[in-house]
Amino acid sequence: MTETNPAGFEIRDYLRLDLMPHFMCPGCGHGIALRALLWAVHELGIEKDELAIVSGIGCSGRVGGYIDANTYHVTHGRPLAFATGLKLARPDLKVIVITGDGDCLAIGGNHLIHACRRNLDLTCLMLNNEVYGMTGGQVSPTTAETRLTTTTPAGNTEPAFDACQLAEAAGAGLVGREVTMQTPALRNLIKQGLEYPGFSFLEVISDCTEIYGRKNDLGESAEMVLSQKSDMRPEAYGNVADQPFRPNRLLTGVLARNERPEYGETYRRHADGVANGGKAGA
Amino acid sequence: MTRTLLTGNGAAAWGARLARADYLPAFPITPQTEIIETLARWIDMGEMDCRMATLESEHSMITAAGAAAATGVRVFTATSSQGLLYGMEMLYTVAGWRVPLVMINVSRGLAAPITLETDHNDILAARDSGFLQLHCATCQEVVDAVLLAYRLAEDPAVRLPVIVNLDGFHLSFTREPVELPDGDLADRFLPTFDPGPGEIRAGKPTSQAVAVLGGGPYSYFRYECHLAALAALEVHRRNVDEYAGLTGRRYDALECYRADDAEVVFVMLGSFATKAKAAVDQLRQAGRPVGLVRPRLLRPFPEADLRRALAGKVAVAVIDQNLSIGKGGVLHGEISGALHGVSGAPPVIASFIGGLGGRDITAEEFFEIAGQTARAAESGQVPPPRLLYTLHELAEMRKLQAIAHVERQEEVPGP
Repeated sequence: MTETNPAGFEIRDYLRLDLMPHFMCPGCGHGIALRALLWAVHELGIEKDELAIVSGIGCSGRVGGYIDANTYHVTHGRPLAFATGLKLARPDLKVIVITGDGDCLAIGGNHLIHACRRNLDLTCLMLNNEVYGMTGGQVSPTTAETRLTTTTPAGNTEPAFDACQLAEAAGAGLVGREVTMQTPALRNLIKQGLEYPGFSFLEVISDCTEIYGRKNDLGESAEMVLSQKSDMRPEAYGNVADQPFRPNRLLTGVLARNERPEYGETYRRHADGVANGGKAGA
Repeated sequence: MTRTLLTGNGAAAWGARLARADYLPAFPITPQTEIIETLARWIDMGEMDCRMATLESEHSMITAAGAAAATGVRVFTATSSQGLLYGMEMLYTVAGWRVPLVMINVSRGLAAPITLETDHNDILAARDSGFLQLHCATCQEVVDAVLLAYRLAEDPAVRLPVIVNLDGFHLSFTREPVELPDGDLADRFLPTFDPGPGEIRAGKPTSQAVAVLGGGPYSYFRYECHLAALAALEVHRRNVDEYAGLTGRRYDALECYRADDAEVVFVMLGSFATKAKAAVDQLRQAGRPVGLVRPRLLRPFPEADLRRALAGKVAVAVIDQNLSIGKGGVLHGEISGALHGVSGAPPVIASFIGGLGGRDITAEEFFEIAGQTARAAESGQVPPPRLLYTLHELAEMRKLQAIAHVERQEEVPGP
């Protein structure tokens, strides 16, 4: 049981306690994701001074501000663009982006595909709660079809993104997905992302109990979290022959690895070459 | 007429419904979201015949709005603050397309720091875009302004998009009694949009919004936009007369409140002017000849009306709920420009900045503004621009800075 009783990990050491109480609704999964992230940071021994958290707008965007590290709360959809500049200027920092399904896939979707393409050493944690929670529950690019939101009162008619497929296709170095219910597994996935020398895109299936759950009659928080269990298909059972017998929609764990050069290193080598007589890559 | 209680956002949605908007591209942003949520509900419940699309950003939303308007349908959309700025590129573009549509902006201060509450830097950033601007002070005015805005935008002599501005929280979330015009009356005032020769037809293809090389054609088209906007002054005057005849409610380009015999006049935009009106009443009771002039129409700029309203006054106090960094109040510059060189122009045009990011402007502050402006008129010395900010607020700010371990040299003043 060392995983659920982690020796030496005290989440309060990593939070800005003077900002408590936090703003998250009762039952919101984002707090679990925050815990898993800080747990991973703790186990990897990343110093707070070396840690930079960049977040955008939305419920996910507010999560970063509670972390006692270098935190940046930027404009809607732009945390990846901000983090790109930050990481290129300060390669010594561990840069983590906390974003949401709206922030990352709608208004900031362009930045996501280009971050994947570049493969700069960033860890992008996309908290997917299938809805624009902060503004009160409007349809998002991951809202499942037929779901009710305040802008789709008769049910959503647009198909949803599979963010992991998108990231993989765009060239992200490491792509993974986990549910908040499996907190230790989520921590392990985040650790893999943080250790990966390139762009890691991690989708966290979170739950918006108060707005999305209530509107769609998905039950209380516990029911919503438990439903993740029947929805997910862990990595170990991923691409095996029994797929027809396990129709669960969510593949979890590490879903893809694209072994590609890390862009920061490529860039610095190129820049050094230019500085040393114009021979790029020399 | 139906009398009902509506928020400013609800009134904006009713404006779109009464205007029988055909198409609604939408993207949520606080404090505007209630508008698109209300319309979404009506559309999905079959109460309103309109097509709605939830876009992935305000940039796409304004693009979709402009493109739809170019096909000849009546388009409504709404945004706020950061959203307006994110779509700014398309404001200039859509206005250049000379297509009529109505967009609500629910005013909110701009980042950074991030705030949700109102001031006018967002809408004033769109000042030069070619979108015309109507500014509202009450929920009643919002619903009426939407109808007036369509009528203005769709006029063949104008053909420019219009932004209807209302203040976040103070108007967007405040319920007021509103008289809704009957559907028949709204239809009479605002018949089905006739796009005329601009309508897109497959059998008669045209090129719109092409690139031009060289300043000649570019200057021509931009100046045509400007002339159309100026023509909107007269068109709006006629529309206001007609609307007043139908509803009894008059929305001249300027709202002048006890301004005729006033010596000192407040000039300001938006819902905070209702507080100025209350202050004017109190000052009048105390024997001070103070009045208020509130531009409803900011673009086109009602320059001649302002000159008439303000000429002969002893002093003007322009209260800007915005701050042009490195210059000061935007409206102060506009009013000063309008009055420059005009005979009888007030010798004192004082500048006050207040109400930024939702900060209140209290009655006492209006009294102080009136007093300081009157004293300036007596002494003939125009006072330097002044930020409305209390010692108490500064003390609270210092507490926050202490939490953030900001080291400051000077002493913390008491409240």
